[in-house]
Amino acid sequence: MGVAVGVEGLTKTFGRQVIWEDVSLTLPAGEISVLLGPSGTGKSVFLKTLVGLLRPDRGSIWINDQDLPTLSERKLYEIRRLFGVLFQDGALFGSMNIYDNVAFPLREHTRKSEAQVREVVAEKLDMVGLNGAEHKLPGEISGGMRKRAGLARALVLDPEIILFDEPDSGLDPVRTAYLNQLIIDLNQQTGATFLIVTHDINTARTVPDNIGLLHHGHLAMFGPREMLLSSTEPVVRQFLNAQRVGPIGMSEEKDETELAAEAESGEELGPLPPIPVQLQPSNRKPRDAQREPGRWCAENNIEPPAGSFR
Amino acid sequence: MNVLVSTGTFVAFCLDTARKTVRRPFQVRELIQQAWFISSVSILPAALVSIPFGAVIALQLGSLVRQLGAQSFTGAASVLAVVRESGPIVTALIIAGAGGSAICADLGARKIREEIDAMRVLGIDPIQRLVVPRVIASMLVAVLLNGLVSVVGVFGGYVFNVLVQGGTTGAYIASFQALGQLSDLAAGEIKALVFGAAAALVASYKGLNAGGGPKGVGDAVNQSVVITFMLLFALNFLITAIYFQVVPQKGT
Repeated sequence: MGVAVGVEGLTKTFGRQVIWEDVSLTLPAGEISVLLGPSGTGKSVFLKTLVGLLRPDRGSIWINDQDLPTLSERKLYEIRRLFGVLFQDGALFGSMNIYDNVAFPLREHTRKSEAQVREVVAEKLDMVGLNGAEHKLPGEISGGMRKRAGLARALVLDPEIILFDEPDSGLDPVRTAYLNQLIIDLNQQTGATFLIVTHDINTARTVPDNIGLLHHGHLAMFGPREMLLSSTEPVVRQFLNAQRVGPIGMSEEKDETELAAEAESGEELGPLPPIPVQLQPSNRKPRDAQREPGRWCAENNIEPPAGSFR
Repeated sequence: MNVLVSTGTFVAFCLDTARKTVRRPFQVRELIQQAWFISSVSILPAALVSIPFGAVIALQLGSLVRQLGAQSFTGAASVLAVVRESGPIVTALIIAGAGGSAICADLGARKIREEIDAMRVLGIDPIQRLVVPRVIASMLVAVLLNGLVSVVGVFGGYVFNVLVQGGTTGAYIASFQALGQLSDLAAGEIKALVFGAAAALVASYKGLNAGGGPKGVGDAVNQSVVITFMLLFALNFLITAIYFQVVPQKGT
């Protein structure tokens, strides 16, 4: 299960504005990856480009030996069935209740009987903890519930690739923790390839197997979680540790004089904080894609920051 | 340049919709719901607008016709004006103003809530699923509405002519056939059909391309109504001109 997604030299512009260019990365099959970036760096645009909702200006997206941007509309609709997407606000159909929303893809794409549909919907709603809310309309439930219902709908066709557009935006820390746990458990159960787009660093530090960072129109770095968390590359370090000192400014890139002033002021970065242990599935059995803590660091002879993996 | 590009994408969108009209499965339920919805927002205003419309024509013609001693032709003029021109125009205004704005607002709201994107990701083509039934529903309702407007308009003219201006029932009805002919009604219905399609297409296009939050939806609705009005009056001129070329007129 799980399909790898290969992105090569992807570039997207709106008019004259370059959103990002020459982005190359591979989402490894069955693993959880997080794409981070300051607000307005086109993370959501990247996600929409991956499913073919937006066409890139250049570059390729390889899924099962098919190059997504070159596909015809009909082929595109076919390949999209590999995808499940959780949109920011759940993107539920406002005129249908939760049950019909979740049942919608089944009714459209399968020949299941109504009894079978009911079974699958009940199972998925159970997975996201929404039993008993079937007959509510999307307008009548909270944002967190809408997200979970949207997740149930994205899961209903058993997708191979699941994309999350800011799963933690607008949720309180407790709900975010539950949702993160749900993501880990789902990855264990389905073995699908996950991509989470977010700017919540707590999620980024504890959930994924891989982290990518979009910054200033480029992919600054993409690799295993431990690689980025132990990196001293200024942009990566600044963002993953939520610090003011570094190349990212309030509105955009800091210019040279600002950086020089910063250097002179003597404000210094402390040592890298310890790398936290990755979130475990709630049944304590390791996921297929899971790596032992510290393995990447050991393989690459990098001393993890003091106090890591405890 | 920008205008050319958006005109081009709109034409492509119309062709796309036409192509997907014949693709299965056809959304019968959505069509019925939409037809019911559009008629529910447009029947009453259409009837209320067409009564004074008929009356105004009778009023305008009344004194002039009396001076010329051609009172017996009031009915003919009324039929001609209502069936050929004001019927389709009233239909167009109501379909664009009431039906089109509702379609645009609905699709625009779905667009900014990412429902449209979600639909595409779930492998459903929003043009086939949402736009095609709306366009057909709008055409259907426009044709029926045009019939309603014609009847109510002619009746309004009759009431005004007979009760207020002292015309006679016989003269009003007898002169129906003097200038008008059956092909006038057919032309009116064809106009209504085209107007219905145009209004729904513009509204859907604008709605599906709304952006930038709730304000974007408001802007889209506003633009869709204005564009539809301009388009409909241009189309009306075009169809009328063709009609006069193709169909021989009485009394010439």
